[in-house]
Amino acid sequence: MSLLSRIANVFRGRAMSREIDEEFDSHIADAIEQGRDPAEVRRAFGSPLQLREASRDLRLLPWLDSLRADSVFAFRRLLKTKATSAAAILSLALAMGACTSAFRLIDALLLRPLPVAAPERLHAVAFEGIGANRQSMVYDSCSYPMFERMRAAVKDQAESIAVSYAERIDLTYGSGQEIERAYRQFVSGWMFSSFGLKPAAGRLFTADDDVTPGAHPVVVLSHDYWTRRFAADPQAIGRTLRIGDGVYQIVGVAESGFTGTETGTVTDVFVPMMMKSPRTLASFTNFWLRTLVQFKPGAAVEPVHERLRATFRTIQEERATTFTGISKQQMDRFFKEKLLLEPAAAGRSNLQREYRRFLLALGILVTLVLLIACANLANLMTAQAAARSREMALRVSIGAGRLRLVQLVLVESFWLVLLATVIGGVFAWRSAPFIVGMISSPENPARLTLPADWRVLGFALALALGVTFLFGLAPALRASSVKPVLALKGGEDPHSRRRLMHALVVLQIAFCFVVHFVAGLFIASFDSLSNQPTGFSAARILNLETVTQRPQPAVFWDQVLEHLRTLPGVETAALTTWPLMSGESSVGSVAVNGAPPSETMTDTLSVSPGWFDAMRIPLLAGREFNAGDANPAVAIVNEAFARQFFDGANPIGKSYDNGRGSVRIVGFVRDARSRDDLRLPIRPIAYLPFHAPQPMARGTFVVRTSTANPLALASILRQEVLRARSEFRVSNIRTQQEINRSKTIRERLLAMLAMFFAAVALLLAAIGLYGVLDYSVLQRRREIGIRMAIGAQAVDIARRLTAEIFLMVLAGAIAGLALGEASVRYIETLLFQVRPSSFGTIAIPLLVILTTALLAALPAVLRAVRIDPVTMLRAD
Amino acid sequence: MPKTDSLQGSLDLLVLKILSRRPRLHGYAIMTAIQEISEEILRVEEGSLYPALHRMEEAGWIRAEWVIKESGRRARAYELTTAGRKQLSAEEVRWQAVTSAVGRVLRMA
Repeated sequence: MSLLSRIANVFRGRAMSREIDEEFDSHIADAIEQGRDPAEVRRAFGSPLQLREASRDLRLLPWLDSLRADSVFAFRRLLKTKATSAAAILSLALAMGACTSAFRLIDALLLRPLPVAAPERLHAVAFEGIGANRQSMVYDSCSYPMFERMRAAVKDQAESIAVSYAERIDLTYGSGQEIERAYRQFVSGWMFSSFGLKPAAGRLFTADDDVTPGAHPVVVLSHDYWTRRFAADPQAIGRTLRIGDGVYQIVGVAESGFTGTETGTVTDVFVPMMMKSPRTLASFTNFWLRTLVQFKPGAAVEPVHERLRATFRTIQEERATTFTGISKQQMDRFFKEKLLLEPAAAGRSNLQREYRRFLLALGILVTLVLLIACANLANLMTAQAAARSREMALRVSIGAGRLRLVQLVLVESFWLVLLATVIGGVFAWRSAPFIVGMISSPENPARLTLPADWRVLGFALALALGVTFLFGLAPALRASSVKPVLALKGGEDPHSRRRLMHALVVLQIAFCFVVHFVAGLFIASFDSLSNQPTGFSAARILNLETVTQRPQPAVFWDQVLEHLRTLPGVETAALTTWPLMSGESSVGSVAVNGAPPSETMTDTLSVSPGWFDAMRIPLLAGREFNAGDANPAVAIVNEAFARQFFDGANPIGKSYDNGRGSVRIVGFVRDARSRDDLRLPIRPIAYLPFHAPQPMARGTFVVRTSTANPLALASILRQEVLRARSEFRVSNIRTQQEINRSKTIRERLLAMLAMFFAAVALLLAAIGLYGVLDYSVLQRRREIGIRMAIGAQAVDIARRLTAEIFLMVLAGAIAGLALGEASVRYIETLLFQVRPSSFGTIAIPLLVILTTALLAALPAVLRAVRIDPVTMLRAD
Repeated sequence: MPKTDSLQGSLDLLVLKILSRRPRLHGYAIMTAIQEISEEILRVEEGSLYPALHRMEEAGWIRAEWVIKESGRRARAYELTTAGRKQLSAEEVRWQAVTSAVGRVLRMA
């Protein structure tokens, strides 16, 4: 019979046994019919049970059969202790689900290769330099001429592809005036063919679409965008769209699954590199693209890297000759920059850089929680194994092998894990998209493809097996090493088991301490980060980011502003280039008293009269801008500016040189945050009048509303801008509070998740401690009874027990502290203004865990002191 | 009852041979057939017959089906398969070789 029928026979074991028995019966009946003595026949036949077993084993797979039998038995046991099993399964499910969803995020952002041909041959060029704050920093932007030189240098071994960052832009279709937002990425024309991608419709770019600046007004849509925006309509090919003042034709749709090279952002519209403005393309100083290097098959990394380094050095040297008025240190730093070549199989994006550590920290937290849950289960299984030592001894006595016992206990563990995996899977399926939803802000949506494919499935399976062995193996080995004689007599060494359990509790407390310690650091970081002073009031501020198709003179912008000011619900309104802390910035050089330009650049921001009032930034001296001020003759500066350039003295009446002319300082204001990185000190800012001689195509109306919820006015204001002047379009409306909040998303999320996992860890550890102590009192009740009978007081008993608990907590906490302090190094970049070894960061988790431990121990201690020596000694 | 260990190696051969002559026999009939033909010299240990039958069935040499006997009871009747026929001739050749070898030793020694 085939293997299949043997496997099938495993699951019809009972029917098979019946058949075999029937055959035996018929044999014996035949013999009796022949006139033989029934007793003699039975004796001659031998033991039918033994023969049946032998025949059964021939017809099926014995190991599978024993596995089946054990599974059924184990499942029945789980059902017998429903409450305990449910608690064990749920806690494990939570931990495993968290692990799986952390893996999904890590995989999607950092590990999963791009759906391109030979992703492992793809590398990205990056540069490592020393920042102004002496810390090393890595950036990966190049200018287009740099890219062309590097491409030419390694042409024989590798193809280089330029890709811009995916940025959110406004576009309109045909004559429709509705502004839509989409992600655009400039890419080299030969990218699609190098990546081996096929069009889903129409055609993709070729190298011919990327030859002459400005001459290739074509776009390729991503499959995702095509499906979302056009419902995968083939008629979309050939349609035109307008981006800025250019009109483009859609020529094709990229293969489904390929969403650009910026992992974490889904590119909607691909545009040939050559369609970037000719000025930018020719500029040596505009760093706006990434260089991807795709090795030809068989090409070695090192020679290519060497060539790129040499090319970069030549470029640096050439650039250095154009520098004027640069300090010696700046020059040194400039030449210390190194070119790196990093594997980019998973794509390259800023989201990866920003969230790598975050995900690492998250992964460690969930792993610790998983280990705590595993320790709980190990203890549960050990306690159960103790209760079952007689059963095990019996099994050994009637001939069960050790391996069979190990299998029995492991199968039980596996049931727990299997059920936990299923529940955890559902949890992971829901929670990973939830986290992606949390880290994406409306302005900067993070979109990760999170498929539940074989990678995730494989991980979950490996995790399940790993966990089974992790917590199941020790109890299984212990159960199998049962000594029948001792166990059936009713006494093995009762302490060895307890020692294992106590060691696991210490481990649990150590991990729990680490989780709390790290969570405390994250929460404190988030707290101090979100309490960083911004210097302005964000309440009730609405930013209307506005664009015009053709640049408009300042007076027209003023007209719209005046119109907005007259509207009901508007308290004040002003005009600026972009909102504070939006992430956009422009810098200018500053020279005072005829010295060379300072090393520190200053931020510049154009603002209209009334802007300081609208943002509630107090004027310290001098005056506000008035309608007569025009860029760039006058400036208002902040305290940081005065500190930087005038040693903190009142700068009113002084002037500085911005490289094009002299600027007179007419006002002095309190510091306000212009940049979006809350970790850095507020920078020097020079505010300039919004009125500039040349017309402008973008600006932001800052409106402080009189109603508590500024968004209530959003749609009215949008229409009013259009009514005031029909060329003006509001492309984006954000409250200032939303912008401010979005700068702490990562820290908020980390603090939230850490707090959640800390609570889970505490709960699990408490359950574990409770279970172990309860078991240990139960096991020692005779000893305690004897102690009481010979005169020990309840207080002594309680003291003995609590001392034990205290020792365990202390040992755990010390181990946890050591682990925690060691791990701080890896999460340092995620922390802000917290001291990992301060009293509070250590004392609080210690106190929390100690309190919880005592609470968890209370029932066991009560139970111990209530032991009645008389009944206890009489029992058994 | 004397143990018939000498049958150990030849039980398969005997069963296959019997089934090749008389198809569709059940276990008891196979046993009695061996005893009758060998004139009570060869006795099959009743217990070991069934594991042997089941093993050969598993190996695909024989196949079994349930038949209703005159008594109304079900019995499992066995018959030879093609693979079993091949196995039988192989076993016969092997048996001949062994017995003639044993014979030579008895004569020569």
